[in-house]
Amino acid sequence: MSERKDYTNGPLCLSGRNLTRVFGTGAKQNVAVDHVNFDFHEGEFVSIVGESGSGKTTLSKMLLGLLNISEGEILYQGKPRDISNRKKLNEYWKGIQPIFQDPFSSYNIFHKIDAVLLDCIAMRGGKHLPYEKKVEMMTEACSFVNLKFAELTNKYPFELSGGQMQRLMIARIFLLKPKILLADEPTSMVDACSRATILDMLLNLRDETGMTIIFITHDIGLAYYISDTIYIMEHGKFVESGKADEVILNPQAAYTKRLISDVPKIHEEWDLSTVEMNNTL
Amino acid sequence: MGKVILEVKNLKTKYITRFHEDVYSVDGVSLKIEEGKSLGIAGESGCGKSTLALSMMGYYFPPLHYTSGDIIIDGVNISGMDPDKVRTTILGSEIAYIPQAAMNALNPTMKIIRFIEDVIHAHDKSVSKQEIRSRAEAYFKEVGLPPEVLDRHAVELSGGMKQRTVIAVSTILSPKVLIADEPSSALDVTSQKMVIKMMKDLMKNGHIRAMMFITHELPLLYNVTDDIAVMYAGQLVEYGSAHEMVFDPIHPYSHGLMGSILVPEEGTRGANLTAIPGTPPNLKKPPVGCRFAERCKYAKPQCFYTAPAERMFGENGTRMYRCLMDEEELREVYANE
Repeated sequence: MSERKDYTNGPLCLSGRNLTRVFGTGAKQNVAVDHVNFDFHEGEFVSIVGESGSGKTTLSKMLLGLLNISEGEILYQGKPRDISNRKKLNEYWKGIQPIFQDPFSSYNIFHKIDAVLLDCIAMRGGKHLPYEKKVEMMTEACSFVNLKFAELTNKYPFELSGGQMQRLMIARIFLLKPKILLADEPTSMVDACSRATILDMLLNLRDETGMTIIFITHDIGLAYYISDTIYIMEHGKFVESGKADEVILNPQAAYTKRLISDVPKIHEEWDLSTVEMNNTL
Repeated sequence: MGKVILEVKNLKTKYITRFHEDVYSVDGVSLKIEEGKSLGIAGESGCGKSTLALSMMGYYFPPLHYTSGDIIIDGVNISGMDPDKVRTTILGSEIAYIPQAAMNALNPTMKIIRFIEDVIHAHDKSVSKQEIRSRAEAYFKEVGLPPEVLDRHAVELSGGMKQRTVIAVSTILSPKVLIADEPSSALDVTSQKMVIKMMKDLMKNGHIRAMMFITHELPLLYNVTDDIAVMYAGQLVEYGSAHEMVFDPIHPYSHGLMGSILVPEEGTRGANLTAIPGTPPNLKKPPVGCRFAERCKYAKPQCFYTAPAERMFGENGTRMYRCLMDEEELREVYANE
């Protein structure tokens, strides 16, 4: 068992104050994210866990600045986030970058892989570097994720497998070096062995660059393995949050308890006798 | 030893692509399921789990082709049977099959009762609609679904309910074996538990006599099935009881798989996950030697040109693994890690 460094007391990186998002109006009003408060620290590995429909993705889109906020505010590095115009938004996106669930739809199918990586270098202000230097950077990024850059040049994204595409996404992040990485279910479409590889890469990335990683998932076992802090989300609210060990081994909220007991485990018996069929039509 | 319900002997099937290339998707699989037992098939995507299920039912529609081997259901050999005959005589009454994401493929314009009529009429056209309805109502009550579901359309049901309806529809003829391909992976944990409970109850109440469960989620398999078989590149590389497989895997591939289990339990956080680098071999040209050799940390030179045979081991010789290395040798390697 390897000890991990404690990142939960660093300077504030991203915070939310009464963050709310409402869809629709009147009778059809749907509060997707309901007055949530959070503080993410620098270098912290945060997981947001919830079932489908709990508002995880809405929250992540707000954090990325892709969705307007109905109420409340987001503080970026302690100051209110300002993305009022395109220039400021681009500046903000240098600090926060996402990895999405579906690697197959994350790439422009007409761009070759080196073009994808060269874009990242250009975004970091390396547009006028000599080409040899760029190749060196791309090779380093690819070797970080166990890919061989020499084999990837002149390939299109569809020639890679799902796991390789997702790893290339991480190579992008390695080149961009944002302050915050927002990973929305990055491992749900790859299988178990590739999943372990990707998780360990994310942990290495955090240790190497000190970036904050916000990991959104429905898999509570995975969240427990990887994160320092876990937020449990139900119907748009955080019902429980705290250090991973506290939340998982000693859950307080009824929802967390239910979520943990519903997951099949290998050392404890999975109790099926208490299951009640939900037969509401 | 109980009565063997389903037995597969050295089954080989292949896909023929439109460029007339052979893809050896199931290559020499032998397994049996006894009465009242369930078998889980684990393995990464593309290793042939779902093809194995189709092959085991004799469901050979192009591009899938039968090569050799026997499929014996309750003493009757069905290998080489005409697939159209399989559809009307085997499917549903002998083996029920729930394909992956079946619940999302239900025809939205049909009421649930129509699916049941279809299933029963495929086997026996003489059954009247009233009889089907009364049979279906009684069966739905028995398996814990409200009979009102019968008059609903698929789109009106929630995900968990849809999946349970699919299971009920496919087992209405009391098949001997139920093959379920990833029945719960699209559901949240609460609905997953309901689906699993329903399948276990079907076994307990004798509606089905054996079950095969395909998934890549190992903690789920451990809790649901009696035995687990691990598949890699069209072959079974190891099988044994669920407990043995999770806590004492022998084959390097299953050892790697079991090392990547993530559960919300003490000891998971900070544990060292085993990752298996690389990708599975291309089954158009399967490797001459061990299929896993290229990705195996412990591979020796002979692994690349000698194909390993199935080797039995364990207390009663009930476990199998497919590797050139001896059991003791492998255990020693794992202990020294």
